[in-house]
Amino acid sequence: MFGRLTEDALPLYSEIAMAGAAVTVGGGLFVLAVVLWTRSLLYLWRNWLTSVDHKRIGIMYVVVALVMLLRGFVDALMMRAQQAMAMNSGGYLPPEHFDQIFSSHGTIMILFMAMPFLTGLINFVMPLQIGARDVAFPRLNLISLYLTAAGAGLVLISLVIGKFSTAGWTGYPPFSETEFSPGVGVDYWIWALIVSGVGTTLTGINFITTIVKRRAPGMTWMRLPLFAWTALCASILIVFAFPALTVAGAMLALDRSAGFHFFTNDGGGNAMHFANILWMWGHPEVYILILPAFGVFSEIVATFSSKRLFAYNSLVFATVVIALLAFTTWLHHFFTMGAGASVNTAFGITTMIIAVPTGVKVFDWLMTMYRGRIRYQTPMLWTVAFLVTFTIGGMSGVLLAVPAVDYTLHNTTFLVAHFHNMVIPGALFGFFAGYVYWFPKAFGFRLDERWGKRAFWFWVTGFYLAFMPLYALGLMGMVRRLQHYDNPDWQPYLIVAAIGAASVLCGIICMAIQLWVSIRDRERLADTTGDPWNARTLEWYSSSPPPAWNFARLPQIKGTDAFWRLKERGEAYREDENVGAISLPAHSNDGIVYGALAFVFGFSMVWHIYWLALLCFGAIAAHLIVSSFRHPTEDVIPADEVARHEHDWKTAARAGSRYDGDPLCDYRTALRKVPAQ
Amino acid sequence: MSEVDTKAHDEAEEKAYGFWLFLMSDAILFSLLFATYAIMVTATDNGPARTEIFGYWRTAANTALLLSSSLTMGLASIAICEARKAAAFQWIIVTMILALAFLVLEIQEFAGLVAQGAGPDRSGFLSAYFTLVGTHGAHVTVGLIWMAVLCLHLAMAPIGPAVQSATERLTMFWHLVGIVWIGIYSMVYLPGLYQ
Repeated sequence: MFGRLTEDALPLYSEIAMAGAAVTVGGGLFVLAVVLWTRSLLYLWRNWLTSVDHKRIGIMYVVVALVMLLRGFVDALMMRAQQAMAMNSGGYLPPEHFDQIFSSHGTIMILFMAMPFLTGLINFVMPLQIGARDVAFPRLNLISLYLTAAGAGLVLISLVIGKFSTAGWTGYPPFSETEFSPGVGVDYWIWALIVSGVGTTLTGINFITTIVKRRAPGMTWMRLPLFAWTALCASILIVFAFPALTVAGAMLALDRSAGFHFFTNDGGGNAMHFANILWMWGHPEVYILILPAFGVFSEIVATFSSKRLFAYNSLVFATVVIALLAFTTWLHHFFTMGAGASVNTAFGITTMIIAVPTGVKVFDWLMTMYRGRIRYQTPMLWTVAFLVTFTIGGMSGVLLAVPAVDYTLHNTTFLVAHFHNMVIPGALFGFFAGYVYWFPKAFGFRLDERWGKRAFWFWVTGFYLAFMPLYALGLMGMVRRLQHYDNPDWQPYLIVAAIGAASVLCGIICMAIQLWVSIRDRERLADTTGDPWNARTLEWYSSSPPPAWNFARLPQIKGTDAFWRLKERGEAYREDENVGAISLPAHSNDGIVYGALAFVFGFSMVWHIYWLALLCFGAIAAHLIVSSFRHPTEDVIPADEVARHEHDWKTAARAGSRYDGDPLCDYRTALRKVPAQ
Repeated sequence: MSEVDTKAHDEAEEKAYGFWLFLMSDAILFSLLFATYAIMVTATDNGPARTEIFGYWRTAANTALLLSSSLTMGLASIAICEARKAAAFQWIIVTMILALAFLVLEIQEFAGLVAQGAGPDRSGFLSAYFTLVGTHGAHVTVGLIWMAVLCLHLAMAPIGPAVQSATERLTMFWHLVGIVWIGIYSMVYLPGLYQ
């Protein structure tokens, strides 16, 4: 009846696991209690949970990402604490538990923190930037959100019912096969990946269609803001790379549940074939994470330098070249597989080549700053920290691209330091910068600068303290994922790394305080103009927060930096008489239905409750068929409501903005203050 | 629809474009299954090899059925485009019969292989074979269900733009299924039969 599911699945085997389960369940109950207590369930349901508005979906993605960031970071803290104390002792985490923690840390941070974060930012910003009313398929967008949430839910529930995988976030066989991992952990990992992977693929399709088909009139390819370009390239990578993850996961599932022999030790299985397929997804995935962050940095560096992007064309070409080359380097993840000197050399060279367009970008950003009037507000601080830190990580990457070097450093903490040194500044700092940069657009008030800067300094200091020692440890021969060790030379470095993790914790606490302080002081931090940073692209050409319909009339685009051009001519806030009624897709329950069914489907596949899995699968198919007979409903916003909103915003903006008619007015005022020589 | 500003986008075109992207993604999925098959074809673990298990006539019949169903699907889509309901029904039902016959033959083949101890759990080679051909068969099944739903739509209302746009996507899907079969026929069956 319930497959493998018995009362043994409860985490009664260790106090730490029980505490983790208690926090997970308690957190969920706490949120539910707050929602019920404030009687906001109906409001949330109508205006958020079933909304197909791309901006709300984007915000919900970021909420998922921030929750999962906390969970993934707790894992990181626990690992750093374990390694700092486990010299000649078992530390406080038994090996089985330690293995679960490094596996869930990687899985969560990449698939359920970074992916929802970038998807959320793209969802919120990209349609506004290209002058569109919504994404191409708004209902599908909502379904994708819930499939991602269902995957995240599977990872979270593994803490309460059963155990998570101990096979690392890459789940390499033969260890992840039933022979060595008979429990449910690897199955949780597989089904979380597959369920959320379907959602991500649909998102990729949605974004590409939106950018290709819904750009505002006059928005030619070479006028597209750089963030939209990186969103497009990341989406292309998603559509072409995610099938590989699905195939690898599905084959492993067949091996585990149906006795197939893809990757087993016996029966003619080929374990290294898994590594091949997984990294055919895994390497493009790195660029899926990093490209949108590059887009964020491009927008921010231009805005906060009060200059147009240096060499826009080369940035576009570099983005596209990176996206293409992303598919040519996957083998560098397993040089030690023994594919032969020629194959390794070829992939070593492609790996070094991909550093070239990335280097082009770094110089373009530096040249944008050169002789710009730079404002060092929080988004710009993250950008500068990224430029410095990411370059260091890039250099260690070029080092690892040499197969001979990789043979000695493979699977050491040098590698751990390298990829954290790429992904934390290259993706996470970008998402944080984007979070601070676009927060006022999303909610109508800025985030507090003082706490933002504190968070920034704790994060950056913590990053260097946590990961620079790992480079040294790798060169000293420390293998990654060690639960304990007996080399006294390593411990001081590991203690420094733990202090770094504690500093990052302070950074995260500062971010939480920043959010709280900003909500408290929202009057002081309010943005009435819709353009708090004197920015350049179209997403700022609307009220903060933008109305559901984004633009009363789709803007006509005459060049890059469309909004800046409008401000230069003093036309940004001119009243528009010809505003009409607008119809928008109505809210939809489909997302929650598919998300819930996919979650139960995944859960029952994990526990071998096949009748329930079949039932859920059938219900999904039946719902798809039934909804093909429904006519999509639309809400019509009457013309006078659109006109009233437009008038109110533009009046407030004209009163509040110093930039309309002269976007460089701050710069000119500052110049005037310099005494004549 | 009371949208006053010029509708800058054509919904049917967007759906077709999005569906193209989905098919590209699906094609990558198949290409990985093909690659896996190519790698595992020798991994027979002393079990049956590809020269021993495929039947000449069944494969030929399967190919004939599926390729003719591509033709009849094309004819059905032309009929729906021109809003000729009777012809549309006729061709879709012919397509469904061909697809169903294909599936029956394939299931027979799979059952026969399992009965003679050549199931997917026998060796890496058979795992790869069953997964590749089985995934294709699952696509045929999805197409078959989709066609049945399309028949319901046709029966319930006059042919409108929504049905026409859905038919366009179904046709695209069905042609992908046909193309993948040509790949399976030339990579899996032919080398097995003529080695």
